[in-house]
Amino acid sequence: MALAEGVNKAGETGSGKGIGAYLASHLREYGLLLALIVVMIFFQIVTDGTLLRAVNVTNLLLQNSYIVIMALGMLVVIVSGNIDLSVGSVMGFIGALAAVMMVNHGQSMFVTIIVCLVVGGLIGAAQGYWVAYWKIPSFIVTLAGMLVFRGLSLWLLEGQSVGPFPREFQVIANGFVPDLFPAGIGETLAGFFDVRQVNVLALAAGIVTAAAIVWMGLTQRARNRAYGIDDEPFAFFVARNAIVAAALVFITYKLSTFRGLPNVLITMGVLTVIYAFITSNTVVGRRIYALGGNQKAAKLSGINTERLTFLAFTNMGVLAAAAGLVFAARLNTATPKAGFALELDVIAAVFIGGASMSGGVGTIIGAVVGAFLMGVLNNGMSIMGIGIDYQQMIKGLVLLAAVIFDVYNKNKG
Amino acid sequence: MTADILLEMRQITKAFPGVKALDRVDLKVRRGEIHAICGENGAGKSTLMKVLSGVYPAGSFDGEVVYDGQPARFRNIADSEHRGIIIIHQELALVPQLSIAENIFLGNERGKRGVVDWRETNHRTEQLLAKVGLKEPPTRLVDQIGVGKQQLVEIAKALSKDVKLLILDEPTAALQETDSRKLLDLMLELKAHGVTCILISHKLGEVRYVADTVTVIRDGTTVSTLDAKAGLSENEIVRDMVGRDMTHRFPQHERTPGEVLMEVEDWSVWHPERAERKVIKNASFNVRAGEVVGIAGLMGSGRTELALSIFGRSWGRDISGTVKLKGQPVDVSTVQRAIAAGISYVTEDRKSLGLVLDETIRFNTTLANLEGVSSRGVLKRNEETRVAERYREALATRTPTVFQKVVNLSGGNQQKVVLAKWLFTSPEVLILDEPTRGIDVGAKYEIYTIVNELAAQGKGVVIISSEMPELLGMCDRIYVMSEGALVGELPAAEASQERIMSLIVND
Repeated sequence: MALAEGVNKAGETGSGKGIGAYLASHLREYGLLLALIVVMIFFQIVTDGTLLRAVNVTNLLLQNSYIVIMALGMLVVIVSGNIDLSVGSVMGFIGALAAVMMVNHGQSMFVTIIVCLVVGGLIGAAQGYWVAYWKIPSFIVTLAGMLVFRGLSLWLLEGQSVGPFPREFQVIANGFVPDLFPAGIGETLAGFFDVRQVNVLALAAGIVTAAAIVWMGLTQRARNRAYGIDDEPFAFFVARNAIVAAALVFITYKLSTFRGLPNVLITMGVLTVIYAFITSNTVVGRRIYALGGNQKAAKLSGINTERLTFLAFTNMGVLAAAAGLVFAARLNTATPKAGFALELDVIAAVFIGGASMSGGVGTIIGAVVGAFLMGVLNNGMSIMGIGIDYQQMIKGLVLLAAVIFDVYNKNKG
Repeated sequence: MTADILLEMRQITKAFPGVKALDRVDLKVRRGEIHAICGENGAGKSTLMKVLSGVYPAGSFDGEVVYDGQPARFRNIADSEHRGIIIIHQELALVPQLSIAENIFLGNERGKRGVVDWRETNHRTEQLLAKVGLKEPPTRLVDQIGVGKQQLVEIAKALSKDVKLLILDEPTAALQETDSRKLLDLMLELKAHGVTCILISHKLGEVRYVADTVTVIRDGTTVSTLDAKAGLSENEIVRDMVGRDMTHRFPQHERTPGEVLMEVEDWSVWHPERAERKVIKNASFNVRAGEVVGIAGLMGSGRTELALSIFGRSWGRDISGTVKLKGQPVDVSTVQRAIAAGISYVTEDRKSLGLVLDETIRFNTTLANLEGVSSRGVLKRNEETRVAERYREALATRTPTVFQKVVNLSGGNQQKVVLAKWLFTSPEVLILDEPTRGIDVGAKYEIYTIVNELAAQGKGVVIISSEMPELLGMCDRIYVMSEGALVGELPAAEASQERIMSLIVND
């Protein structure tokens, strides 16, 4: 029977080259982008334009940075067919560790950051060890980790909040990249756009990135053509790139009229590019998809599945530590409750981004967009003054809807 | 006489795109008889039973089913079970962690308003177990009894549902001699109580022992219906089962095997969970360059375990013995090392062990040798595509592009993708485990052609197969495996189905 269905489907994809068929098979990718745009337009209207005010756009990025950073690692863990419930606690614990080292013991920032990232990696490795080599379900190992590191944070902070951090540490999360261009250009542009100031670097960065994305899209498209891959219709290609490029330029323009590029945006952007590259263009990335897609087949193809699982968790630990540092720097204090229930936001972002619970499916870009979708929902509802009760319910339903949409799509296809 | 017919299937045709699994099959089963259906693997026996039991609902096939005097249009299994047709599959459908009684009444629980009446359940179970001659307490867990007894539990379960027509699909495949005999005697007893049985079996001795009528199916059509009561020789059945000329099923080949390429010496493997079971018993065999060697044996004889344990110790524990390639001992302790040494193993179950189904042909083709399409850990996409294209052409894989997901391919084309994956690791020795299982005759021929080409290139090929004609048609030498030991070795010229079978049986 499976065989029969298989041949049917092959026939369909072979013949149905229309726009409708293409849209049907790529509904998920477009749907996610579309959902983000619709949600943004919706909140832009109901908040009377507050959502996309320069200060709020900056805020949105800062607020979601640690979610995005952890979503990168979580995507890898989930694609490998596992899950990590401990990231919120680990993040909180690392924040506490940083606070105790710097505030209580006067350690230098450099040493603290190195120690924190290493400790994060060790935590991930410790959990990954049980999952990979003892075949203990990751749900259980990391559930235990969640409790353990929550307790360790409390113990380390002795139940108190510790802060404030030194100035140079706060800059990690709250600082901005200074404008490298001569002030004159910025003033001219400010006069042209009729705004108070323009950070030329931010705007230039946005335009250059947008151009790079379009250029890369075009070369990819040309290459696909050469190999006769079913490519997206030109209209879709243009529309998608136009939207992405316009959104990028628009956001950097907004940032430029406030304080410029946040440091954390650079961190986030660089990490996103690195992880997108690793997952789609490297041998390790390929093997992670194989591991999640069919562990037995991967193992019989000579892939060291244990080591790969171990590495996925170690990597998650390092990223949770990085997020912990950003979070602590942003709040300028470490509290025992930091990161509480945050793992759920991270996991939700990855699933909204199209990853599959059973592994083998999901993209970095999807996870990042998923994180921002959740972020915009949070932010928009807060501006509207919607109570935390409704916010939780709505977020829950959005997650459910996204996954139902996935499953429906898969069954139908 | 017509009143005597319990089941009649007329002109049943079931087509899958590209393959006609059943082509106007006729089957007439008289009330109260044991009717055997014989045929080679892939002849269409299981498909026919799926049509009968409603797995393929009415309307998804052509032809007519008349059951108990009325036309039957079953929409699903529940429909056919309701009418008293119960099928017991080769893989038992019992829940190991539940008791015998719980299994027997699973989905059919004794009790009122959702509350189970355990006294009634256990009492009825005792009666049923007595009927099938199983002396076990109803509360014993199913995983604590052997396969033979589990088979009896399945039959007891069928009896609990007032079975009229019991279908047994290869019921003795996994059973020991004495258990098989018990089961066959039970069938005769059920027959005496008026239950009609359909027996699907390869084992012609069993068929002769119990069957009243034998229907032989070949390539999806009914070849003959034989009356077995008057005495029937196995040769008559075999002739109808094999039927066609062997030379047309296998491509011509002439081989001149060279030096010994791979030698496995004194290979022993223990069961990973049951420490007392030695699954592979001191097996030794070799393959020469340019030679195709077969390993024959029944299911469960340890063939797959032998291959898996050689290929990176992927199965079993306390593995001992040596593997030599070109006279030198090689380290095959992990899959990576086995591949590096030049050994490839094409798994028996391509869907669950061979392929990442939701990924593309390209993804699967390069999976075992990503180093070959990358530099410093970064994939070279264009190179990868070229490799996938090259194998697609070389193996004539039918697909629009190499970016097609393998789940969308037919069985034969999936198998070619698996072969491509292993060929790309440039192996010296290929072990093919059931390479043509579940694929149609045309694709089989193509796979055989590929095997011949590999041998012509001087590679050593080991074919593990349950289909004896395949081994006889393809191999230069055939090893016979039985209960974990290699019990014989036959040059192709001296091998025949009878000789192989007698080696298995006489062990």
